[in-house]
Amino acid sequence: MPNITTDEILSPEGIRERVEELADVVSERCAGEEVAFVGIYTRGVTLARRVAAVLAERGIDFPVGTLDISLYRDDFDNRGSDLPRLESSDIPFPIDGTRVILFDEVIYTGRTIRAALDGLMDYGRPSKIELAVLVDRGHREIPIQPDYVGETIETTLKQYVKVRFHEDDDREGVFLVTEEPGETNE
Amino acid sequence: MSDLEPRKDLLDIESLSLDEIEYVLENAVPFKQLFQRSVKKVPTLRGKTVLNLFYEPSTRTSSSFEVAANRMSADVTNFTISSSSIVKGESLLDTIETLQAMRSDYIVIRHQSAGAPGIVARHTRASVLNAGDGYHAHPTQALLDAMTLREVCPDLPGKRIAIVGDILHSRVARSTSTLFNKLGVEVGVLGPGSLIPPGRHSFMRRLRDWDEVFEWGPLAIYLLRVQRERQEGQYFPSIAEYHKIYGMNGERMQRMREIGAYLMHPGPVNRGVEITDEAMGYEKSLISTQVENGIAVRMAVLHWLKPETQD
Repeated sequence: MPNITTDEILSPEGIRERVEELADVVSERCAGEEVAFVGIYTRGVTLARRVAAVLAERGIDFPVGTLDISLYRDDFDNRGSDLPRLESSDIPFPIDGTRVILFDEVIYTGRTIRAALDGLMDYGRPSKIELAVLVDRGHREIPIQPDYVGETIETTLKQYVKVRFHEDDDREGVFLVTEEPGETNE
Repeated sequence: MSDLEPRKDLLDIESLSLDEIEYVLENAVPFKQLFQRSVKKVPTLRGKTVLNLFYEPSTRTSSSFEVAANRMSADVTNFTISSSSIVKGESLLDTIETLQAMRSDYIVIRHQSAGAPGIVARHTRASVLNAGDGYHAHPTQALLDAMTLREVCPDLPGKRIAIVGDILHSRVARSTSTLFNKLGVEVGVLGPGSLIPPGRHSFMRRLRDWDEVFEWGPLAIYLLRVQRERQEGQYFPSIAEYHKIYGMNGERMQRMREIGAYLMHPGPVNRGVEITDEAMGYEKSLISTQVENGIAVRMAVLHWLKPETQD
């Protein structure tokens, strides 16, 4: 039996602080520009909405779109019994010439972002695309790096990072889950 | 994510679970939204091949499947077998041999014999999509009909649909009524007695005439095409008489308007037979929406089925 341990990386308060910090950096770098957010389903959408809400309180209104990247994934052939349920991508603003910030909750291999870039560009030609994530856990398999990072953590390939938001889940927090092979008597 | 079992083929509606039906109908919605983009295509089936194998003439269904496959970035080959050459059982199996060698991932098949797609499905690793077989089934038509009616009325259970016309020769009637029944919609049928199958599904309620249709108060009236090419015997005295008794005309359109019913038809329409030019202009006609939704539903089905060609 493997041992599974779960460590909390960010508390709800920690998430709130990182979201504020992301909003700070975005507003500083994008002052006076036409900017739109696009969240990747599911929790990238929540992250984008939270950052947008913080900015809205400061009088900066950036529209938030949503993107489902299922149809752009590179592992469609390996789908197992978990059939993907598609979500409605909704980008209710012109993409052409807009500075777009993509949001995802975690960046790992980078493959999701590769799919998102392809998906986004089928909607038009943004003037610039940037990437914001709550957690960067390393181990990139393709050369894609985030522009805005809430928290960078060291992980091994046997670990995974779970981000939970109360909008999508029954609890709130960022957790590092570690699976270790069980101890034997030999 | 869902815990549905992967499925290789789509042969009929009967074998689908409600979860599978919901899965396809829900996924068809984001596919339809792609049509609003300037780039209507997604790369999902890049490098996959779809073979359109039509043993019966069809323009609409075969082009709908072709557009669906193109919008998924699959490569499509159209293989039309001349309607004059009647294909026997043995040669169907020979064709399957050829198809195996062509390494198609998806085979869309229309055949005049009920059950032919099932035979192909058992002998190939490709996913088989039944595009109509004899009087048996036309499952993607049923799914697009359900999608279309759900768009205008999300809460279907308890609603009613009246299917008018040649029920006997219609695989559309068979598949569509079965699907609506599964979705909790009451199904009524109106047509010449000779064109209502005696062993019809028990859930089909026989409606005597248009008066009864309008009193029954259906959400939609679904006109079937009079399939003149399919009728070997004389099932009704004349086209003119059919039109007079069962056709949708201006007066019946007015009564349809009064009960607020939608109008559906699987196409192609025989103007002057099951419907007049005037009634074709009805404001609550869903006929072109059915065509558009056909592409979305077929994309959702291609996305759902899992060929065994990768193993």
